[in-house]
Amino acid sequence: MAPQTLFDKIWNPHVIRTDADGTSLLYIDRHLVHEVTSPQAFDGLRLARRRVRHPEATFAVPDHNVPTRDLDQGIRNPVSRLQVETLEKNCREFGVPLFGLGDIRQGVIHVMAPEQGLTLPGCTVVCGDSHTATHGAFGALAFGIGTSQVEHVLATQTLLQKRPKVMRITVQGSLPAGCTAKDLVLSIIGRIGTAGGTGYAIEFAGAAVAGLSMEGRMTVCNMAIEAGARSGMVAVDDKTIAYLEGRPFAPVGPAWTRAVAAWRQLYSDPGVVFDQELTFQAAEIVPQVSWGTSPEMMAPVNGTVPDPAAEPNPDRRKGMENALHYMGLQAGTPMTAISVDKVFIGSCTNGRIEDLRQAAAIARGRRVAANVKLALVVPGSGLVKQQAEAEGLDRIFIEAGFEWRAPGCSMCLAMNDDVLAAGERCASTSNRNFEGRQGKGGRTHLVSPAMAAAAAVNGHFVDVRTL
Amino acid sequence: MEPFVRLDALAVPLDRSNVDTDAIIPKQFLKSISRAGFGPNLFDEWRYADCGEPGKPNEGRPLKADFVLNQPRYQGARILLARDNFGCGSSREHAPWALLDYGFRCIIAPSFADIFYNNCFQNGILPVRLPGATVDQLFREVAAAPGARIVVDLPQQTVASPSGAKFAFEIDPFRKDCLIKGLDDIGLTLEHLPAIEAYEARRRGEVPWAFLD
Ligand code: SF4
Repeated sequence: MAPQTLFDKIWNPHVIRTDADGTSLLYIDRHLVHEVTSPQAFDGLRLARRRVRHPEATFAVPDHNVPTRDLDQGIRNPVSRLQVETLEKNCREFGVPLFGLGDIRQGVIHVMAPEQGLTLPGCTVVCGDSHTATHGAFGALAFGIGTSQVEHVLATQTLLQKRPKVMRITVQGSLPAGCTAKDLVLSIIGRIGTAGGTGYAIEFAGAAVAGLSMEGRMTVCNMAIEAGARSGMVAVDDKTIAYLEGRPFAPVGPAWTRAVAAWRQLYSDPGVVFDQELTFQAAEIVPQVSWGTSPEMMAPVNGTVPDPAAEPNPDRRKGMENALHYMGLQAGTPMTAISVDKVFIGSCTNGRIEDLRQAAAIARGRRVAANVKLALVVPGSGLVKQQAEAEGLDRIFIEAGFEWRAPGCSMCLAMNDDVLAAGERCASTSNRNFEGRQGKGGRTHLVSPAMAAAAAVNGHFVDVRTL
Repeated sequence: MEPFVRLDALAVPLDRSNVDTDAIIPKQFLKSISRAGFGPNLFDEWRYADCGEPGKPNEGRPLKADFVLNQPRYQGARILLARDNFGCGSSREHAPWALLDYGFRCIIAPSFADIFYNNCFQNGILPVRLPGATVDQLFREVAAAPGARIVVDLPQQTVASPSGAKFAFEIDPFRKDCLIKGLDDIGLTLEHLPAIEAYEARRRGEVPWAFLD
């Protein structure tokens, strides 16, 4: 057989049929649903008197709107409450399993699903959410869809899709101390730009990626969308299999053995040709801090805010000027001279146990700086929270002056009460620094969990490698 | 989606060009979690003297008596007669949702905005393009006789005016077929249900762990 890419090995067996114009009907193995993008889809089913074709392959969790404290008082914001209640009602009506509020498994959908073993290698995973790319870390094909497509998957368990091109990004060598998966992906986006992956499915490969934990691989795949690609993926190896073994929805017994044998084939064959190949050196990676309003506006922490005057392309120059104006920054300012008002550690990018461990290692024995008004730690799920508490990480954070909250999307997009006020500057472990993302007029700097904790205890960005 | 074959219904004349989707359904209603229930707020600013809000009851709101949808003679209309460039502006699918929820199944106009035109088909609404002079005649006949009905026959591709004059219209054969069969994208995919089922049966044997039931 001709050599195949990892992508081919997942895409091809999921094609039910292909039209003359190249549109394929793709089978979907797992459909994840949250409260924001699903109500109209369920409503469409009701209007057309349709059912959910495979409720047992569909899993719902409220995450975007949930409060991260005083949960016993319920959701006070009426619009948020209605969205969450609507999800609960729709799940009851259509028989869709729900990890509801109060369930220890509840959390950000892209943290919860892998934790439960819902995301399996070789599977197609979709969700009405662009960060679905996260699940590609398991050698799965995972991508975000719109509400009308959510309805299509609910009704048919399939999706109409055109085959994307495939790009391999190889990161050679190993990450230097103090650099994390987040720094790796941020520096790639900083290099290739937010449109660099447009039209592609990206496979992340190379020793540095193989060296990452599953949490780290999820962080990298999660941000594939920020590079313009709808999906990111990593080949299956021992770490993938070790992570999945014993997860509640993972196969057991002979089925497990058979599954593992099949999963071990999920890598790109030697000699296969990609539509595009890029190579990076891990040794060159430095802890990253974003300076602007797009995830491609990255600087090394030991660098300075760039000068638009040095940008030859007039459109880009204008974009840089606008970003600096919004961010309230001057060209040439050292990144470490930028002070922060708030710190957010959490999200589907960096709300997993390993992320909290990395942040806690910095916070241990230190104090949140006086100029930092709020340093939030929001675990990605109830189970992450439980694990962190078992390890005593909550104590470390609380003693250092951080707030230890309940799981949810929280200040990643500020649909709940956790928001930035206009002009406030935040070191955030989330994935988007768009204008207003964390609150109208709020200024977001994307960083790794360790870098966020370091900013919290110093009151400004610092190079974690010097701590 | 409800199939569309033949519609014999009261028509209401909306004598304005460039009706945009903001006018069809104002932006404050986009916060809704539903795609049903927009009917009472269709043309909200033109229908009501006060300002509509999502969640605010619409019964008892002061009506603008001169707006055509509020006139007793047009109650129960299922055909909307419109002017040039109907449905321009934002691409919101809430516009056809609102028209459908109100009860409209067919809109007749000399021209439509592109995205709106496409969105209609996704929602079982037939947009009919007729020449300006023909639409003029329909406006006149409908205004002249309260209770005047228009007959739209999709298989024949004709519109019959209240006086019995018949006009042919053009429609993409694929779109026509989908409307007659009541097929949206989901409906079309479900036409391949046997292939999907065969696929599932085969895959269950190959990768049983991917199936959770
Ligand atoms: S944590 Fe942020 S990016 Fe992730 S699903 Fe929630 S809102 Fe989206």
